[in-house]
Amino acid sequence: MTNEEIKEYISTLAPAATFDETGEWLNILVEPTALKPLMSALRTGKMQMNYLFCLTCVDFKTHLTMVYHLSATTHRQSIVIKANLNRDAPVIETVCDIWRTAEFLEREVFEMFGVNFTNHPDLRKLILEDDFKGFPLRKDFEDPINMIKL
Amino acid sequence: MYNQTEILKDTSELGADGELVINMGPQHPATHGVLHLVVTLNGETIKKIEPHLGYIHRSIEKMCESLTYRQFIYVTSRMDYLSSHINNLGCALLVEKGMAIEVPDRAKYVRVILSELTRIASHELWLGAMAMDLGAFTPFFYAFREREMITDIMEDTCGARLTMNYIVPGGLMYDIHPDFQKKVKAFITQFKSKVTEYEDLVTNNVIFQSRTKGVGILTAEDAISYGCTGPVARASGVSCDIRKLYPYEVYDKVEFDEVLETAGDSFARYIVRVKEMNQSIRIIEQLIDNIPEGDFVGKTKNVLKLPKGEFYTRVETARGEFGVFVVSEGGTTPHRIKFRSPGFSNLSALNHIAAGSKIGDLMASMGTLDLVIPDIDR
Repeated sequence: MTNEEIKEYISTLAPAATFDETGEWLNILVEPTALKPLMSALRTGKMQMNYLFCLTCVDFKTHLTMVYHLSATTHRQSIVIKANLNRDAPVIETVCDIWRTAEFLEREVFEMFGVNFTNHPDLRKLILEDDFKGFPLRKDFEDPINMIKL
Repeated sequence: MYNQTEILKDTSELGADGELVINMGPQHPATHGVLHLVVTLNGETIKKIEPHLGYIHRSIEKMCESLTYRQFIYVTSRMDYLSSHINNLGCALLVEKGMAIEVPDRAKYVRVILSELTRIASHELWLGAMAMDLGAFTPFFYAFREREMITDIMEDTCGARLTMNYIVPGGLMYDIHPDFQKKVKAFITQFKSKVTEYEDLVTNNVIFQSRTKGVGILTAEDAISYGCTGPVARASGVSCDIRKLYPYEVYDKVEFDEVLETAGDSFARYIVRVKEMNQSIRIIEQLIDNIPEGDFVGKTKNVLKLPKGEFYTRVETARGEFGVFVVSEGGTTPHRIKFRSPGFSNLSALNHIAAGSKIGDLMASMGTLDLVIPDIDR
C-alpha cells in the first residue's frame, strides 16, 4: 500500500487522525481515546500489522507522546502511531491483548514515565524497586544521589 | 522487583492447592547474569514464571540523553556485551543516516567482517554455556578454544577483547592491524576443521537431543506476537533476518542463507545458531580478500548535530533485531533515545514457552533463548 492509501484507510478508522510524512515512515497522530479501536483494526483488518517492534514514550516537557512502531511480517511496511498524553495524568488503553510483547514494554513505560495503561493485566514495576519514587526518564526528574547530568 | 519480605513469605508458604514458589536467581549458575525468576510450581510442573529485572539496570537510555552523538556509542557496548560491536554499528548507522555521512568502502567491509566474527564468538560462548547448563562440561572448552582466536583478533585490531568501541560515526577509529587478514584466515581454517567436533559432541549426542527435542515449543504466530527476533524466531519459521530484509553496509553484496527451522523447540534454536556460524564464515570468506584500499573513516564535522526529527535504525545482533530510536531536537545530544533490545522481547516469551513443562526442562528452554541480562535491563 502506498502512503496515500494508508492515509485514506486510516481516515476511515480514525477521522481525527493527523499525518506526518517527513520521517522515514508515515507518522499518524491520534487521540488517546481513539487509539485502541484503531490498533485493533490495524491488527485484524486488511493491513494485518502483526509485529509491534518498538513501543516507547517521549517526554516533550509540555506533554508525553506514546510511540508505537508497527510492521507486518507479510508485506513489511512500517508505520508509526502516536498519541499525545496529558503530562499530569497520562492514561491510555493497553494494547497487550493485541500484541503480547506490549505487556513488558508497557510495564517499562509505566515505571519510567508514569503512564497508566487501563485494562493492563499486571501493571507493576518491572525494572525499578517497588518503593522507587518518581519517573526517571521524564525530563524534570532529579536524583541527588545518583547524578546522571554531566 | 520483589522486596525482601515478599521473597521470604513466598518461599516459606505453600499455596492452597499445593503450589510452591521458588526463586531462581539472581545468583543462579544457569542464568548467566543477575536474572531473577519467580517460578510457581505445582509438583514438578511449572505453572507460571515471573521475571524480576533491574539488578543490573544502569539507566543507559537516560545516560545517553546527556552524551553527544560521538560519545553515546560507547555506552552501548555495555548492553549486549557479546555483540558489542554490532550495537556500536547500529548507533553509528543511525548518526550516519541522520546526517547523511558517506562511509568509505574499506570501513564498511571491515565493519561487516568484525560483526560476523562477533556473531560467531557470541554463538560459541552460548554453545559452550548452554551445553554446560545441560550437564555436558566438555563442549565449553571446545567452544572457548575457537572463541579465544576471535578475541585475539579483536584485541589486535580494536584494542579490546569484549567491549570493542572500534566504530565511530563515519567509519572506524583507526585502521586494521597489518596481520588482520592473515589471522582471520587462520581462524577460518581452524574453525572449519573443528566445527564437526561440535556435531559429534553435542548435536548427535543422544542425551542432548532427548533433553531439547520437543522442549519449549514456540509457534510462529506466538513468536511474532511476543516480538521475538533472531535465532529464537527463525527456529519457529519466522523470517526476520535484518541482514536480508533491510540490508545495511555490504550485506546486499554477499551471498548467505537465512537459516530457518520450523520445529520451534529448543533443539531447533540450537541448530539455527550452529548453522548461522557457518553462514557467518561464508560471509567472511567472501569479504576478507576483497577489503578495498583507501580511507578507513569518512569526513565528518567535529561537532555532530542531528537534524530535528525522529530516526530509527536496526541491525541484526547475535540475539536478534537491535533497534535504536532517537528523537532529536537539533542539538548535540539526543532528546530521547530508546534501545529496542532483542533480549527483552525474547524474555517476555519465556513464561509462555515454559509454562506447563517440567522444571528440569526450564534450563533447556531458557538456555536456548540466549538471554544476556545487561541487554535486557539496559
